[in-house]
Amino acid sequence: MSKPLLGLLLGAVLGAIDGLSAMFSAPETAPQIMGIVIGSTFKGIIVGALIGWYAWRVNSLAKGMVVGLVVAAFFAFLIAVMPNEQGGHYWLEIMIPGSIVGLIVGYATQKFGKARVVTT
Amino acid sequence: MTRLPDDAVSRLREAAAWPELPPERYELRALIGRGGMGAVYSAFDRRLDREVALKVSNGATPASGLDERLRREASVLARLEHPGIVPVHDAGELADGRWFYVMKLVHGRTLTDHVPTLSGEAAILGVFERIAQTVAFAHDAGVVHRDLKPSNVMVGRFGEVLVLDWGVAKVLGSAPVMSSHDPSSAQDTAAGTRIGTPGFMAPEQERGDTLTATPAADVYSLGALLSWLLTHVTVPVQPGRRLRAIVAKCLQPAPADRYPDAAALVSDIGRYRAGQSVEAHKESLFERAWRWLEKYRTFILLILAYLVMRAAFAYFSRS
Repeated sequence: MSKPLLGLLLGAVLGAIDGLSAMFSAPETAPQIMGIVIGSTFKGIIVGALIGWYAWRVNSLAKGMVVGLVVAAFFAFLIAVMPNEQGGHYWLEIMIPGSIVGLIVGYATQKFGKARVVTT
Repeated sequence: MTRLPDDAVSRLREAAAWPELPPERYELRALIGRGGMGAVYSAFDRRLDREVALKVSNGATPASGLDERLRREASVLARLEHPGIVPVHDAGELADGRWFYVMKLVHGRTLTDHVPTLSGEAAILGVFERIAQTVAFAHDAGVVHRDLKPSNVMVGRFGEVLVLDWGVAKVLGSAPVMSSHDPSSAQDTAAGTRIGTPGFMAPEQERGDTLTATPAADVYSLGALLSWLLTHVTVPVQPGRRLRAIVAKCLQPAPADRYPDAAALVSDIGRYRAGQSVEAHKESLFERAWRWLEKYRTFILLILAYLVMRAAFAYFSRS
């Protein structure tokens, strides 16, 4: 499996889990859970594919994990910045787990998956 | 009559054996070492302006068979072009009839001297894999080394690993070892003659079964070499069950029970290093699961840490 595809699939799975966990961490969001899961999965797919693409280009565990963290934190910020019905924000609930998902995908795509073959 | 001291005698012997080379081409510099078959000198190649090593046979007469053996070694080396084998640049005959060949001068130390600098299984297997890859290349070219041991492996200054001393190598499918037309030389390798080094030679070599020596004999020596490496590093390595099984498969008394050649051993070592199952050991379901957990340990821990963090978030937001 190529690194971008691995990142995409892992991002989708972890994104879906991330979205589902909202049922427990913020029970008041239960009526919108379907939209949250779909949105979170979609975000995971984009973040995972970007991190996987980076891992395909750059072979460095440290850089891969940092890029994963930053990219995922940025996308999580875009979600967290949207206010809830009370006008508040779920900064920590969205940004911390979202960033850690990026860290995990960054690690996994650097360690596993088929690397780019460079021909000269 | 005054008796000369031993060191004076040995110096005289050395001076007498000092080879007379074509002066326009080679300038002999120092004796590097001497073995049963010949002596190795460092020299300077004037034409190509580089340092070289020169191996000269010990045999003063053709009847000794050593010249034929050296010529054969040069011919074997010339057909084995591989980064793990010292390249031969030139060969010829000295004025006194002895054979010599010129090869790359390797700056480094033998595996015996290098082993204390190795630490950990990964470093040992890194060196061992390169030795085995070189031997696998020779097997593919139809050559069996037959004397693999720590002193016949050299590690260069930049970590290059070279397999030396192909003087007793057997070319498969050719006349048995060394010279088939020189009766004295043929005796060297006739059935019943032991070729190899105790502790590293295969049982069939111990028995003097030289005519049927196959690549499996080298596999035995490689197993003995790996076992030696694991126990002779500064902090001895306790190999796991799978690595022990690889060594045990190499050291089987019957050649048919070993890996057929070094390439098969290299493949199994590669699988071991990649955390995959090895041919030498049939795993139970539990062992397979444990190996899988070990291979993906960090990833699994990261996922678990994430799930724990998620659960903590859920718990604290509810309370």
